[in-house]
Amino acid sequence: MSGQTQRLNVVPTVTMLGVMKARLVGATRGHALLKKKSDALTVQFRAILKKIVAAKESMGEAMRASSFSLAEAKYVAGDGVRHVVLQSVRSASLRVRSHQENVAGVKLPKFTHFVDPAAGSAGPSNASPSLTGLARGGQQVAACRAAHVKAIEVLVELASLQTSFLTLDEAIKTTNRRVNALENVVKPRLENTISYIKGELDELEREDFFRLKKIQGYKKREIERQMAAAKQFAEEQLAEEVALKRGISVGAATNMLVAVVEIISCDAGAPESHLFIEWRRFCFRR
Amino acid sequence: MAGRPSIPTNSSALIAIIADEDTVTGFLLAGVGNVDLRKKTNYLIVDNKTTVKQIEDAFKEFTTREDIAIVLISQYVANMIRFLVDSYNRPVPAILEIPSKDHPYDPAHDSVLSRVKYLFSAESVASDRR
Repeated sequence: MSGQTQRLNVVPTVTMLGVMKARLVGATRGHALLKKKSDALTVQFRAILKKIVAAKESMGEAMRASSFSLAEAKYVAGDGVRHVVLQSVRSASLRVRSHQENVAGVKLPKFTHFVDPAAGSAGPSNASPSLTGLARGGQQVAACRAAHVKAIEVLVELASLQTSFLTLDEAIKTTNRRVNALENVVKPRLENTISYIKGELDELEREDFFRLKKIQGYKKREIERQMAAAKQFAEEQLAEEVALKRGISVGAATNMLVAVVEIISCDAGAPESHLFIEWRRFCFRR
Repeated sequence: MAGRPSIPTNSSALIAIIADEDTVTGFLLAGVGNVDLRKKTNYLIVDNKTTVKQIEDAFKEFTTREDIAIVLISQYVANMIRFLVDSYNRPVPAILEIPSKDHPYDPAHDSVLSRVKYLFSAESVASDRR
């Protein structure tokens, strides 16, 4: 997977590690919340789906009823009723009010129909002063109107369901996309970054340890070297002294000293420096 | 959210109708008809003389008008401008396909119902997100 190898471009420090960990915690929490939101929306969505299917059926029923009643009205009142209706349209008395409903942060539109009594008093919509079907068939016309109002009721409900459906659909898609993005892109990337920083920090620590060890060894060797030099210097001085005292060459004195040291070191016991002192005393006495 | 169009909260909105004469008459009788000062109506009567262009224009006008919350459109009329109806995807105004007297209602043609069907099948696949 391409997301597996990615990591954020950061400086591997302890501070960055803390920041990344905090971000990972935030991403995890956001992921959980979004998932909950998505679930809540899906529940709502399914409920609306069921309602839509039911409402579509009842819409067919209502439309059929209204068509029949219109046919009845036309039969009784004559075809002229149509022209009366079409001519006397002024302003709508049956209107729609829309307001919002909040489901898990998603605003769903809701429509409710209502009769505006102020408008359309001269139109055909108002019940009492209408002259439609005055001559004949007034009852059928009234029944037809009632049937159509009922149909409008169903249709308005269906419309609000349908808009909710579309809005929810969109919201669910967005939420799911976010959930997936968090889960498959953001979180792995953060985790990769954290492991990278940890690895890098470990590496630094090992490097430091190694360097300390190296320095320690170097210092130890230096001290040994100095000790050896000091010892050699002391021996040379001693040999010189012996050579002066006994009137032999420095080389002969050194050989003698070496021979003596070898003899003494065969004896177990006193430390070397002590023996040297003894040897010097012996030389002086002679 | 930024991408989504805001839903206007309107205290009073209209219902627009694009349908045959009988259906329009019935709804006008119920009192949804509106004629404003410029003689603009919120309904279109479709008969055999109405051209597709007229229907398209009416549909576009109704869907862009601010005071219309619901557009009722007869299914056989919707079939004439199917591409427009299908490409319309805003929440408000809501497009509602209604059956007409002369043409039986076919749920398969309904843009929303087909989407419902599609989602029903798609959702069972997509329900487990991982």
